[in-house]
Amino acid sequence: MTTDQASSPSSALAASGPALIVSNMDVTYRVRGQDRLALRDVSFSVERGESYGLVGESGSGKSTAALALVRFLPSNGRVSAGTISINGLDPLSMGKRALRQLRARTISMVYQEPGRALNPSLRVGRQIAEVFEVAGESSESAMSSAEDMLRKVQISDPGRVMQRYPHELSGGMAQRAVIAMALAASPSLLILDEPTTALDATVEAEVLDLVAALRREFDTSVLFISHNLAVIAKMCDRVGVLYAGELVEEGPARQVFDDPRHPYTVGLLRCIPRRGQRKDRDRLDTIPGFLPAPGHSLSGCVFAPRCALVQDRCRSESPPFFDVGDLRTARCFYHEQAPELPRATPSSVPALATDGIGGPLVEVEGLSKTFAGGVQALAGVDLAVHRGETLGLVGESGSGKTTLARVLLGLTAPDQGSVVTLEGKPLNADARRRPREILRALQIVFQNPDSALNRRHTVRSLISRPLTRLAGLSGTALQDRLAELIASVRLEDRHLALRPGQLSGGLKQRVAIARAFGARPDVVVCDEPTSALDVSVQAAILNLLADLQQQEHATYLFISHDLGLVRYLSDRIVVLYLGRVMEVGPAETVFTGPHHPYTEALFSAVPSLDGQRPDRIRLQGEIPSAADPPGGCVFHTRCPRRLSTGICESTEPPLLEEEPGHLIRCHIPITELRQLQLNEPAPSQGGSA
Amino acid sequence: MSGSVPQPAEPGAASPVDPVAPIDRTGGYLGPTGAAAVMAASRATPARWRLLLRKATFWAGASIVLFWVVCAVFGYLFAPFNPLAQNLLAANAAPSGVHWFGTDPLGRDVLSRVITGARDILIITPLATLLATVLGTALGLAMGYIGGWFDTVVSRIVEAILALPFVIIAFLFVVALGSTVVTITIIIGLVFTPLIARTVRTAVLVERHQDYVSASRLLGESPARVMFGEILPNVMPAIVVEFTVRLGYAVFAVVTLSFLGFGIQPPTPDWGTDIAANYSGLLAGYWWQTLFPALAIATLVTAVALLADSIEQVLSA
Repeated sequence: MTTDQASSPSSALAASGPALIVSNMDVTYRVRGQDRLALRDVSFSVERGESYGLVGESGSGKSTAALALVRFLPSNGRVSAGTISINGLDPLSMGKRALRQLRARTISMVYQEPGRALNPSLRVGRQIAEVFEVAGESSESAMSSAEDMLRKVQISDPGRVMQRYPHELSGGMAQRAVIAMALAASPSLLILDEPTTALDATVEAEVLDLVAALRREFDTSVLFISHNLAVIAKMCDRVGVLYAGELVEEGPARQVFDDPRHPYTVGLLRCIPRRGQRKDRDRLDTIPGFLPAPGHSLSGCVFAPRCALVQDRCRSESPPFFDVGDLRTARCFYHEQAPELPRATPSSVPALATDGIGGPLVEVEGLSKTFAGGVQALAGVDLAVHRGETLGLVGESGSGKTTLARVLLGLTAPDQGSVVTLEGKPLNADARRRPREILRALQIVFQNPDSALNRRHTVRSLISRPLTRLAGLSGTALQDRLAELIASVRLEDRHLALRPGQLSGGLKQRVAIARAFGARPDVVVCDEPTSALDVSVQAAILNLLADLQQQEHATYLFISHDLGLVRYLSDRIVVLYLGRVMEVGPAETVFTGPHHPYTEALFSAVPSLDGQRPDRIRLQGEIPSAADPPGGCVFHTRCPRRLSTGICESTEPPLLEEEPGHLIRCHIPITELRQLQLNEPAPSQGGSA
Repeated sequence: MSGSVPQPAEPGAASPVDPVAPIDRTGGYLGPTGAAAVMAASRATPARWRLLLRKATFWAGASIVLFWVVCAVFGYLFAPFNPLAQNLLAANAAPSGVHWFGTDPLGRDVLSRVITGARDILIITPLATLLATVLGTALGLAMGYIGGWFDTVVSRIVEAILALPFVIIAFLFVVALGSTVVTITIIIGLVFTPLIARTVRTAVLVERHQDYVSASRLLGESPARVMFGEILPNVMPAIVVEFTVRLGYAVFAVVTLSFLGFGIQPPTPDWGTDIAANYSGLLAGYWWQTLFPALAIATLVTAVALLADSIEQVLSA
C-alpha cells in the first residue's frame, strides 16, 4: 500500500483536476497462501462531469476495480501497486475516519441488485434520510430532502414510497431509490456497477435515461461498469476495455466501438449479432479459447493465446499502450492490422439441403393459465409453430413467455378448455402422462445450465440418458450416437468423465444442448439459452443452435429478452404482453414495422451498437400485475399512442391480420400506425410522472 | 425466469473474490457479482473431504470417538478387572492406586465398568441413527417430491409424533417389545425418523424447483428414479450432517432410557444404568460412582458434536 502523501495535490488544485485518477494499479488476492494478480497495471482517469465506461466479460476484473477504488476489497484482496486519486485524495493512505468521510461525501456506488443494497427492515424514506443526516441535516429536514430526492429520480408519489419497505417496491423502483440514496450526498464520483443488468429492457431504458439526466443536473462524474457493450456505448463519453485484469484499449466510446484497434475488442464486437445478419446467411464470429485463469502468470500480451494476429514477439514481450489516434490507445503491437483480424469462425453458412418451413407443427388454441391468487399468466393465446421455423417469443418479464413454454412441454398444466396439439393430435397436459414418442418430440434448453444439469452426474450420463430413455439406444448404437452428438456440439471426449462443476458456462450449455438434441426432437424450446453466458460464448452457442437446426431440421421456440438475438435467429416473432399476443408476424416485418405500440416501445428501449436509433417512445412504469390486468386493451395504461376516444380503456381490440401473416392487436389501423411511426415521435405519456 | 437479465456467471471457478459481501455506506448488503458462482463452483469441488482432514475439531472429535470404539471392541480384554465381579469387601472404595475410579456399592471396579460400558451404547447409537436416516430419507424424499395431500397428511403425523415427549413413546414400545439391544435400536431409530424426514423434506423442496428435475421429467423418468437418482445425490450433504448431529442425540437417548430403567438392563455395564443405580450414593459422598460414567457420556457426546460441526462446516463451505 502506498502512502505517497507528498504527491497528492493540494485541495485547491484538486477541485479542477480529474475526479478520479488511477495509475498503474495492481490488485492482488491472496488465495491459499498464494498471491494472485486480479488487475495489473490498470491506469485510467475520469474527468470532472465525464462518464467513463469500464467494459469487460465476467472475470475481467471490472467489479474488482470498482471495489478497489473505495477500498471495499474482500479481506484477502489489496491494492499491491500503483496509486488512486479521488478528487485529489488518496484512499490508499487514509485512516478509517477519513475513509468513512470519503465514502460518505465524495463517492457513491450503485450495484446490480437494488434489493440487496437496501436494508430490508427499514422504510425507504428512513434509509435515504439517513444519508442527509450523516451530512449534518436535522432529522426533519433530512426527511423532506429525501422526498425531494425521490422526486428527482422521477418517483411519482414520493410520500407514499417513503413509507414502504424495500420488498414492496418493484425492481426498477428500488433501483431508483438506490440511485436517490447514492446522489443524496452530492458525490463528485458516482460508481455504477451493472446498475440495470437485473432489470427489464423497458425499465432499463428508463433508468438509463434517468442516470443521464441526473448526471447533467448534478454535474457528477460517473464510472459506469457493465458487460453490455451497447449500454456502455449509449451512456459513456469514453470507454476502457478490460480483459483478464488488463486494460487493453481505451478511447472515446463511439470511436472504440465503431473502429476498434485491439484484437480482443474487434473479436468481442463481432460476436454480437448486428442488424442485417441472419442465421440463414451469416454465422457470428467467435473468440477461440478461454479467459486465462485468475492469477495467471503469462509473459507477454494477455490476449496472445487467443489472438489470430499473434506473433512470437507477443508471447515474450508485453505490449505498451500505442497511441492510435483520436485520443485512443490500444495495447497491441499489431493494432494497425486489428480491424482485419481473421475470423475464427467462417461467416458462410454450410450449404445443406433444407426442407424449408412447413405447415403447423404445434398449435395452441385458447390457451390460458391462471395461477393461485388469480394471477393470469396466459389469457387466450392462439399460436401456431410451423415445422422447421424459429418462432421468437419476446416480452418483458411477467409477459408469460416461460409459462407458455412450460405448458407446451407439459411441465405446467393449463386451464380447462385450453388446447395444445402436436401434428394435430391433442397433448396431455402433464409430461408424466405423455407417451415416449411425444416426450421425444418436445425438448428444452433451459436458461441456466447450473440448474438444468444435475451437478452430481457426469457429462456422459447426462447426455446418454435421453438416448437410452427416449431413443431406445444401447450398446454400440448408443456409443456411436453419443460420439456423434459430442462432435456436433463441439465437446471433446475428455469432457465425458467430468461433472458440470468442472466445466465453464459455455461448455455446460453445450452439454444441455446435446441432451436436448439427443433423441432427435421435432421442437426444441430455447428459454433464454445464452442470457447466463458472456458475449463471446453466446456467439458460439448461437452458431451452434443455427447449425443444429439446419442439420436436424428442428423447430425452435426461441425465448429471449435480447431483440438482437431474436432478430438474428427467428423466422417469425410473437410479442406477448400480460399473457396476451399483441403482435405476430414474420421477423423482418415485425422489426421494420409498422408495429404494435408495445413492440415499438420494446424496440426503442433497447440500446444498440448500430448507431443511435432515435429514442422514439418510452414506457412509463412497469408491467401491471397479472392478477389484476387493466380493462379494455391491457396495454392502455402504458401506451404512448392511446386514442383519445376512450375506446382503448373500454374495449379489448381483436388480433387482426393487417398484412399477410402479420397480426396486430390494436385499435389504431395499420396505415395510421405506419404514419405515426414514420413521422413524429410519440409524446411520452406524462400522466404518472 | 423470463425477461430479467442475469449477470453472466463467472467462468473462473477459482475466482479469488471472497464470498463474504462487503457492506457499503448505504447500509446495504452487497455481494461481488461472482459470489454466487463461487459458491456454486465450490459445491462441486471433489477434494472437499480433504479439507476435513485439516480441521483440528475433526481430529479432536475423531480421536475421542476412536478411543471409545477401541474400548467398546477390546474393552473386556484390557479392563483391569472383570466389570461384573463383585467384591463386597471393597464396596464403595474411593479412587486409589488399585481402583483408579473407585468401586461401586457391590465392589465392582468403576474404571472397568466405564471402559466396557461403551460397548452397547456404541452398538445401538450408530445402528439406530442409520436406521432413522434411511427411513427418514425415504420418507422425506417422498414428502418433498410428491407433495400435495401426501405431504400434508404425513407432515401432520410427523408433527404429532414430534409433539410427544420421546420418553413416552419409547416407554410404550419398550413395554410392548421388551428391552433388548435390538428393540432399543429399533425404537430409537423409529423415534428419530420423523426428525430426519423433516430435514430431508426441506432440502428436497429446494432441489425440486431446479430445472434438472423438470428435465428428467421430460425424459419420462419414473418418480423413484427422480427421487433417488436425481434429487438424493444433491441432498446427500444435508443428510450426512443430519446423521452426525442425530448420532449425538442418540447417545443421549440411549443413556436416558437406561437411566430410567427402560434401556440396557443390569448387570451389563452401562453408563446410564450405572448412574441410575448409584446417584443416591452422591449424598453419602461416593461421587466417583456417578462422576466417571457421566464424564464418559459427556466426552462421547462432545466428540460426536465436534465431528458433526466440522463435517457441516466442510459441506456448507
